[in-house]
Amino acid sequence: MKFLVCISKAPDTTTKITFTDNNTKFNEDKVQWIMNPTDEWYALVRALELKETLGGTVTTVTVGKGDVEPVIRKGLAIGADDAVRIDADDTDAYQVASLIADYAKSENFDVIFTGKETINYNGFLVPGMLAELLDLPYVSLAVKLELNGNVATAIREIEGGEETLQVNTPLVISCQKGMAEARIPNMRGIMAARTKPLKVVAPGSVASLTVVKNFEPPKERGNVKLVSADNVEELVRLLHEEAKVI
Amino acid sequence: MSVLIFVETQEGKLKKSAREAASYGAKLAGKLGTDALAIALGKVEHSELATLGQQGVTKVLHEESSNFDHFDSRAYAKAVAAAADKAGATVVVLSSSFNGKALAPRLSVRLKAGLVSNATELANTDGGFTVKKAVFSGKGVANYSITTDKKIVTVNANSFPIASGGGAAAIEDFSAGLSASDFAIKITHVEKAGEGIPLPEAELVVSAGRGLKGPENWGMIEEMATILHAATACSRAVSDVDWRPHHEHVGQTGLTISPNLYIAVGISGAIQHLAGVSSSKTIVVINSDPEAPFFKAADYGIVGDAFQIVPKLNDALKKYFSSHN
Ligand SMILES: Cc1cc2nc3c(=O)[nH]c(=O)nc-3n(C[C@H](O)[C@H](O)[C@H](O)COP(=O)(O)OP(=O)(O)OC[C@H]3O[C@@H](n4cnc5c(N)ncnc54)[C@H](O)[C@@H]3O)c2cc1C
Repeated sequence: MKFLVCISKAPDTTTKITFTDNNTKFNEDKVQWIMNPTDEWYALVRALELKETLGGTVTTVTVGKGDVEPVIRKGLAIGADDAVRIDADDTDAYQVASLIADYAKSENFDVIFTGKETINYNGFLVPGMLAELLDLPYVSLAVKLELNGNVATAIREIEGGEETLQVNTPLVISCQKGMAEARIPNMRGIMAARTKPLKVVAPGSVASLTVVKNFEPPKERGNVKLVSADNVEELVRLLHEEAKVI
Repeated sequence: MSVLIFVETQEGKLKKSAREAASYGAKLAGKLGTDALAIALGKVEHSELATLGQQGVTKVLHEESSNFDHFDSRAYAKAVAAAADKAGATVVVLSSSFNGKALAPRLSVRLKAGLVSNATELANTDGGFTVKKAVFSGKGVANYSITTDKKIVTVNANSFPIASGGGAAAIEDFSAGLSASDFAIKITHVEKAGEGIPLPEAELVVSAGRGLKGPENWGMIEEMATILHAATACSRAVSDVDWRPHHEHVGQTGLTISPNLYIAVGISGAIQHLAGVSSSKTIVVINSDPEAPFFKAADYGIVGDAFQIVPKLNDALKKYFSSHN
């Protein structure tokens, strides 16, 4: 089986978010980049588990410039066999999906894994776009995936429950909690990652469909109003009369 | 020219999020000086679809084929794209439901239409088309310009009020002309997660964390949710140890929600947790530690022992509802 895992970088979850250039750019100064958590914990690890039982290869693909390589190396340290970096700044989801599709279409992957949304732009767009560009079925928000020959059995979350489904490979699947348990790279993995192949490919020319005009800080909340533990009726009153939520 | 709204149904009823999307689409159509049409797929009574008129939809295209009774993003994208062509739609609006989020990106590719997901406000159409959404898990807001002729927007749950007042929408039978081979996904089993209110689009949410000490103590949280008709949620720490199911986990790596009311009991308010709930309209925090970071992100707080406070609060809420209903 040939597995592809799409990996994105994201600012560390504790990053203080600020903007520069008249609020038109995310301020990357001093930002610690990590692998987008759901890409790492669920997509990558499930691909590795399936490879371990079924045989095959796990390749990662990332759209980004050289500064993303430490994140890619971490994927190799966790266990991916090789990695591809498409050498472009990511400008929007359509551009990223198109560049990955250009690379993937001649590679005949059986399953293309992604995480849930990235924690920077929170779009959750790349996997669906990629599936459409490659004309493949797409299973979103999956919590389980098993393969039996070319038949995939997956469970995905729906609002208020779960759905079990069957679909033939090749397919695109976005993964969330439940899919696998995160793995921490060990020393051997980290050493091996240094020499695993990381291929850099030149990007095709793809136009974006959207552009961020500007950023704003989130709305400020006023100071917290404390209510005494002996007077919970006051909280009920405030929720009704002031907040008007009950 | 028109605005086309994809409306989702569940067991023959329009979902609340579908009415929110319809209200958004109709308002946008009004601004653009055009009509709001809707597309519905799968089995649903025409009388139910006609009520979309109340949200300002003039006509609903309906393809009844039972092939659409289960969601398959590829087939749905083909059908909605065909409806968009037929309607001459320049804007397509969907809800940011789980299915909406799987379908919209496919549609974006098919229609070559720029897409912004999770819009929190009506698009600004003065000299362009700009859509506001939360980014960096609620730590920022971005205004996106869509630069293509056709546009797609998915509407964040609980962000846009449901309009009412219009008449009945006209219904027109529609066929996208798909064949059985367009449906690749076969659903073999559907498991409902109990009777509770689903979290993603809940208006009121009661959530609890490690401060509750153990899963056996959730009875009072579930009771509060029942009294309020709220959904239940939890911190990651709690779902990681299986005190609560994964689908209740909110935060940066779980679900992002924006209910009208979020009550957090025994949750410290770590930055990753806040990321998933900070766009809630009103936040109440109950925590024994006055220094808990969550108090800085809350509207109302009670400092004290949850095991004392929650039962008292449940009684007070019961009293309130018995005199207000
Ligand atoms: C990459 C990454 C991603 C993460 N993503 C998420 C995420 O998506 N969602 C998430 O929730 N977390 C996430 N976390 C974890 C997060 O950092 C916190 O560890 C977690 O939210 C803590 O959960 P908690 O508040 O339930 O527990 P704790 O931090 O242990 O807090 C328990 C709270 O209960 C209070 N308490 C104790 N006893 C009582 C009592 N009797 N009455 C009232 N209050 C009491 C305490 O004062 C304390 O404030 C993430 C972490 C990382 C590193």
